Formats: sequence, structure tokens, C-alpha cells
Amino acid sequence: MSIKKVRPHISPNEALLFERSSPGKIAYQLPELDVPSVDPRAALGASHVRAEIEGFPEVSEVEAIRHFTRLSTWNYAIDHGMYPLGSCTMKYNPRVNELVARTEGLAWAHPYQPESLSQGALEIMAHLESALLEITGMDAITLQPAAGAHGELTGILLIRALLEQRGNPRKKILIPDSAHGTNPATAAIAGYVVGNIRSDERGLIDLAALEKSVDEDVAGLMITNPNTLGVFESRIIEAAELLHRKGALLYMDGANMNALVGIARPGDFGVDVMHLNLHKTFSTPHGGGGPGGGPVAVKKSLEPFLPVPRLKREGDRWTFDYDRPHSIGKVRAFYGNFGVLVRALAYILAHGGNGLRAATMDAVLNANYIRKALEPWYDLPYALPNMHEVVFSDDRQARLGVRTGDIAKRLIDYGFHPYTVSFPLIVRGAMMIEPTETEGKIEIDLFIDALISIAKEIQTEPEMVKTAPHSTRTSRVDEVKAARRPILKWEPLPDPVMP
Amino acid sequence: MLEACGVESPEGLFAHLPEAVRLKQPLKLPPGISEYEIVDYFRRCGDRNANGYASFLGAGVYAHYRPVLVDTVVSRGEFLTSYTPYQAEISQGTLTTIFEFQTMICQLTGMDAANASMYDGSTALAEAALMAARLTSKGGLLVARTVHPEYREVLETYARNQHMPITEFGYDEATGAADLDDLERKLNPLTAAVILQSPNFFGVVEDVNRAADLAHHRGALLAMGFTEAVSLGILEPPAKADIIAGELQSFAISPSYGGPYAGIIATRDRFLRQMPGRLVGETTDTHGRRAFCLTLATREQHIRREKATSNICTNQALIALMATVFMSVYGKQGLRELAEQNLAKAHYLAGKLRPRFSGPFFNEFVVSTNGRSPEEINRALLEKKIVGGLPLGRFYPELSGAMLLCATEMARREHMDALTSVF
Repeated sequence: MSIKKVRPHISPNEALLFERSSPGKIAYQLPELDVPSVDPRAALGASHVRAEIEGFPEVSEVEAIRHFTRLSTWNYAIDHGMYPLGSCTMKYNPRVNELVARTEGLAWAHPYQPESLSQGALEIMAHLESALLEITGMDAITLQPAAGAHGELTGILLIRALLEQRGNPRKKILIPDSAHGTNPATAAIAGYVVGNIRSDERGLIDLAALEKSVDEDVAGLMITNPNTLGVFESRIIEAAELLHRKGALLYMDGANMNALVGIARPGDFGVDVMHLNLHKTFSTPHGGGGPGGGPVAVKKSLEPFLPVPRLKREGDRWTFDYDRPHSIGKVRAFYGNFGVLVRALAYILAHGGNGLRAATMDAVLNANYIRKALEPWYDLPYALPNMHEVVFSDDRQARLGVRTGDIAKRLIDYGFHPYTVSFPLIVRGAMMIEPTETEGKIEIDLFIDALISIAKEIQTEPEMVKTAPHSTRTSRVDEVKAARRPILKWEPLPDPVMP
Repeated sequence: MLEACGVESPEGLFAHLPEAVRLKQPLKLPPGISEYEIVDYFRRCGDRNANGYASFLGAGVYAHYRPVLVDTVVSRGEFLTSYTPYQAEISQGTLTTIFEFQTMICQLTGMDAANASMYDGSTALAEAALMAARLTSKGGLLVARTVHPEYREVLETYARNQHMPITEFGYDEATGAADLDDLERKLNPLTAAVILQSPNFFGVVEDVNRAADLAHHRGALLAMGFTEAVSLGILEPPAKADIIAGELQSFAISPSYGGPYAGIIATRDRFLRQMPGRLVGETTDTHGRRAFCLTLATREQHIRREKATSNICTNQALIALMATVFMSVYGKQGLRELAEQNLAKAHYLAGKLRPRFSGPFFNEFVVSTNGRSPEEINRALLEKKIVGGLPLGRFYPELSGAMLLCATEMARREHMDALTSVF
């Protein structure tokens, strides 16, 4: 074993806020009221006024900041090192983006303040719209959806609206077996049944199978390109033509757009509608699970149906256009995750056109370098050239009883966040690795060393790998127990247990 | 690295792409700019927005003071730059804060279980409606016209393809509260959920428990929405509601021109399996120590695919953390005092203006503009560097001579006096 990147260090224990509360402690300050106080029972009616909030925290300011700082040390983060989660595009989150999102006139802008006092905000949205249209090669875009899955829903509703106008919304959305789980869940919410399309032996869309599946009932195909194997769907133009011939549309899940920016544009290869994940391709922070941004870009035919309002230029100013009779309506209150849009635009401005293309090439180079180095050690079930991510399987290691999940946990001991485990579903024991352009050779070589070292450990000490991680403050967590009898909130116990 | 990959240039890695899909010219975007230029660009954009104005806008987005600790905590890279906590062993920080968040939302709402966040209040309320339909195996929605108009628009978008007809019920012209007699008339055996908001869009506190009794009598569920979370510091949460879905923007989340915010759904234990969104649960590690992990994932899209309770994946974790820090800083005593300050400010302002409705209100209320248009009054206010209230005609044609005003703890007496002098 050769763990080079990390060694254990002490980390503080910390009780829950509720357990470290003491009656009367406070961490807030409010100014003196400059108006007469009001008796809540008189103003609201006695029955509407609540008693004190039982169990709510009572801590001092120092206790509060220590609490959250201590908890933060229990997390792994991009700022610690490589985070090679496939399909998640965990790239560096530039801090200037955080700063500009907090610009006073932007952070404190109220969505209902007059448009004449919102021109800066509208300018940012218009600027981002035009940049994303250039990057995707599409004709029109909405910034309203709050995340990728929300964008998917918006996109499928747009397809439905167009087909309804043509006279028949149809019944079915086709989805390849390699797709993200959000795709079928989205189709269901949009009122469609899901038709699954099997991938061929190379991991690509099977055009012959597609041809057979597309009939008068099919509204569209949802495809991820590059797909979740990291492989570009080389017959995408033929697939689009096939769909279009039969009156169906092509939806592209843009989760893997980090492989294409500056290299190829969905608008040029037949895509009718797609979403982008600003929190993947455009570097806005994942924040432990959100917020995201899921703009949806479309071809002209779908433009009339985009959510309201739409940005419109009127003379020398921007305005919102609500007079959109064919719109699918609103998918979210107001105009979208504006603060996320600011960060994404900052990323685009920092890179410029050439910088964005260079980032894509670095991301693809990193993934290919990892593939070459690990191919002798791990099984590569699909051999086509990959782009920004590479998917191995645990086939060789499974014969010794060690599965992809175990290898992932052992990576933690080496100081890395695991890759994406057991996805895509078409690979048994998948190990899905996406390094992004963020990583340099030094970090990547350490990562490769770690996975080679683990492959060797599996040959000599499989049990040790199966019980990993060994150096974390929390060892393997009993997820079965958590689901069997769910405890979803803290409740006072006579004798609190310290962690 | 190129050599290891067997190519001479990075372009070689793309040689397998069909010629027809390749972009033939560079992206038409300007060259990259420096950090200083980026900061300068956004500062100039910010300067073109309202700056240095006092504002009396509410209507779902509230100007509350943001304690410094909030950005201090969420700026920590460990929280900011981590992914969804699927790998529990190295995500206990995020998992623990979400568990605390779920707990505090339950304490505030009086519910048994709360999820780890939704995109915002509007989508949370729409998801609550879909949840009610699954729970009752019915589809009809009865929605109060006093629910935020944009929330109703989102609900309409979500419900349209779920065979869930929406019927609206009106409001009492005197009190501004939902007309529960109208609700009673419109309830029928096919109603899945009655949807109310409290305080409602006019700022008026609704009688949610009575609406719940009516709903339950006809086999429907009661889903309550809220947009002003600070009101929970003083208002008794409705004991009879089945689902509470709301917006936490008031908890130290910047208005930020409409987002990102954080929504929540909270419910009773017996409805848990139909609740959408991520949940964190308590468990132990192999050494028997307390630990947390994501749980009940069999409701979610990555396991159940088209049979999932929702398609939601990414939620608003970091924004929920802002709210968690806010709730910790204000705590039991502070949230109450903050709510009382809001109550006092809004009642001071209302005392000089005569509200349009007589129902009890928290920190916002409707006023008639007495013959002049709300737009005209707002123009006069802008000259005093004041952003006035929201003209209501856009959403309620019958209230085109009225505006919605809000006064939070940040409203200063001198600005309120200046505002009332224009009426």
C-alpha cells in the first residue's frame, strides 16, 4: 500500500445544535424598535399566536461558528482535491464568481422592482442567453429552470406543447438504457409513458432498434451526448433525421456538455431541445447538492412555447414580455436562479471562446490519460474512444469478491472522493471516472497510483478493501438501518449520546 | 500526457468525431478577461439596478437582514465545493447540517418530517399538490385565489399533464382571507387537496384549521403554503394541515432578483413515503457511533426512474444551509423578537394608511390608492428614493386601484413616514 496524498489528523467531535443549547443563550442582535411595539395577541388574535418553538437552538455566536466550522471539517470537497464523480463534472468553483454574485445591486435586487431599476440584472441575463446560444448552436433559450431535472421537465413540456399544436401530443418518450434516472422520471411527470431503448454492443444507440421503436405514438427521444459511457453518439445526425421523418423530436440531456463546448454544437447535429447544467459545465458550486441552474435551449419551432416571461429588447432597454399566448406557462416563480446565472456568466467571461474550448480539450485529455494508465488494471467493457469521462467495470476484482463500491470506499483512504459507483446501469459494477479540466498531472498521477495500489491490495488483502474506509472519522455507515426505521429529526433524549 | 494517449495534439483526441458534427470555426465569444475586469463588469451591472433605495416590496420576496455568520459559513469550501452527500463517510458535515435543518423545519411547522429542500416555494407547493394526489388517488385541486399568483401559475404547469383539474375559490372582500364558504361549496368527492397560503398573498393570516376540517370532511388533504418564513416565529402552525410547503427566502437568503431560494415540504409520518426530495436519516457506523446518511431513496428518481415520487435531483442544499445558520443565529428567542419587530413595523405603517382588508396581517397588507393609480404613487415615491408597493392589478384586475406593501425589520420609520406622505 502506498498512500501518498494524505495522513490522518484529529478532527473535533461536535454534538447537534439542539444538544449544545442552553436556555437564554443568543447569537443575534436587533436594533431598538423605532416604532411602538405591538401586542401580537391583539394584532393577530390570540389563537393565531404560537407558544415558544420547542427545541429550537439557543447558542452563542462563538458556539454557532464553531459548530458549523467543526462540521465542515467532516466533509470532502473540491477544494481538498480531485472529485472524479462521473457525469457530475466536479470542476473548480472560481471564487470571483462568489464575489460578483454578492454585488450589492445584484444580491439585493427584488424581482418586482421596476424594470427601469433592473437593467443591470436584465443585461446579465441577456448576455448569458446569447453566450449559451452561441455555445449550443440553438435559436432561443429560457433561464428559468432551477436545475437539470427541472430543465428536462421544461423541455419535455415544450415538446408536448408543439405536438399538441400539431394535433397530437403523442404518448411515449424513448429513453436509452444508459440514461440518467431523471430522464424517465421527467417523462412520467410530463404525462408520457417511457419506452426503453437498448444500447448496442458498442454502447451506442442502436439505430435499427430506434427505427423500429419510432412510430406515431412517439413524441421524442431523450439522449445524453456524449452518453453516460463518455462516448460520443456518432450517428446522432441520422438519429435526429429518423425522428424528424416520423414527426418526433430529439431532446438532449446536456449533463455531459463539458465534452463538447467549443468542439461541437447540439444545434448543428439535429437536437431540437436541450438543457444545460450550469452547476456542471459552467462551474457554479454544487454546494452539497445545490443550487443549480438548468437553462433550456431550443430550435425555432419550439420558441413560441418557452416559459413566460421572455427577455425582449425595446429601444435601448430590456423588458420582460408576458404576452406569449402559446407559452407552457411558468415552471418556477420569478425568472430562475439568478445568482447562479451571474456565476455562470462570470465563468464564461473569464474563459472567453478560446478558453472554453481549451477547457474542453483538457477535460478530454485528462480522461484519456486516466484510461490509458488504468486499462491494464481494470476491465474496460466498452472500447470506443471516450471523451470527458471513462467507465471501467469491477469485473476482474469482483472475481475476488471485491466490488466497485468497495474500491470506491478504499479510494477515500487514499485521499480521494470516489468515482460514480454502479452507474450507468448497462455496465455491471461500473466505475465512472470524470476528472474534468481542473486537475493537473500531479493530482491525476496520485489518483492513478491509488487505483493501481488498490488493484494490488485486492489480490493480497481483499478483506481489508471490503471493510474500507479505515482512516475516516466515520467508518462504513449502516444505510439499511437508516431506511428500516427512519429517524429524520432530532428529539430530546433523557441521556444524549455524543458522536 | 499526450504521448501516453498516443496523440500528437489534443485535437487528436477528437479525431473520431464525424466531420459533420464538428464546429468549423471558433466560438463567437470575446477572449477571456481578468478577475478585475469581471468584478468591474458586474459592479457596473449592479450600479444600473436600484441602489440606495428604501423598498416596501414583499409579495413573496422579503428584505431581511442577513447575519454575517451566514456567508461566513457557506463560503467555507468544505460546504461550497462538495457534491450531494452520497458518500456518507466523507460527507458527515453536510449530512449533519441537513439533519439539523430537517429538525428545525419540523419544530417550526409542527410537522413530523421535512425534506432536505426543494427548488423554491412555488415548485414545493406544486410538488405538494402532486403528493396529495398520490396519497388520495384523486386529482382535483381546490386552490385559493389568495395563494401567490406566480405559485398558482407554476401549479397549473405541473398539474396540466397529470389529469389534475384546478378550481379556484375566492376571497372575502372585507377581510382579504380565503372565502371558506366558497371552498365548502366547491369541495367534492374528487378533490385531492385544498391549497391555501398563510399569511396569504395579501398578507392576511388564514384560518387553515377550519379549511382543513372542511377538506378532511370530504376526504381531501390540506396543503398549506407560505412565502414569509419569519411569520413562523410568531404564528401558530396549523395543527390540522397535512402538508406544509413553503419558501425560506426570508431566512438570510438574498433576494437576488428571484433566486436561488430554498423551498421545503413537511408532512405527517404517515405520508412520508409519498414525499418528494432527499431525506437524511440517523444511523450508526460500523463502530456503533452516530452517523447520518441519505435515506428512503426508493422514492427517488435514481432508483425508481419513471415510478419515482418526483424527478428532482439537485436541490438547494447550500441555500438550505444559509437558512440553517440563520435559524441557529436567531434561535428560539431571536426569531420571536424578529417576528415581533416585523409585526410592529408593518402595523405602524398600516396605522397611517388604512388597509384595504380587515383580516389580521403579519408584515404586509393591501392599501387602496384612493383615486390615483398605484403606478402614479410609485413614480412619486421613486423621486424620494423609495420603491413603493406592488400594484395588484396585474394579478387581480378587481384590485387595480390597490397595492401590496411590506415592512420588515429593515424598514426605517423616516422612510415609512416619507412613504405615507405621498398617499
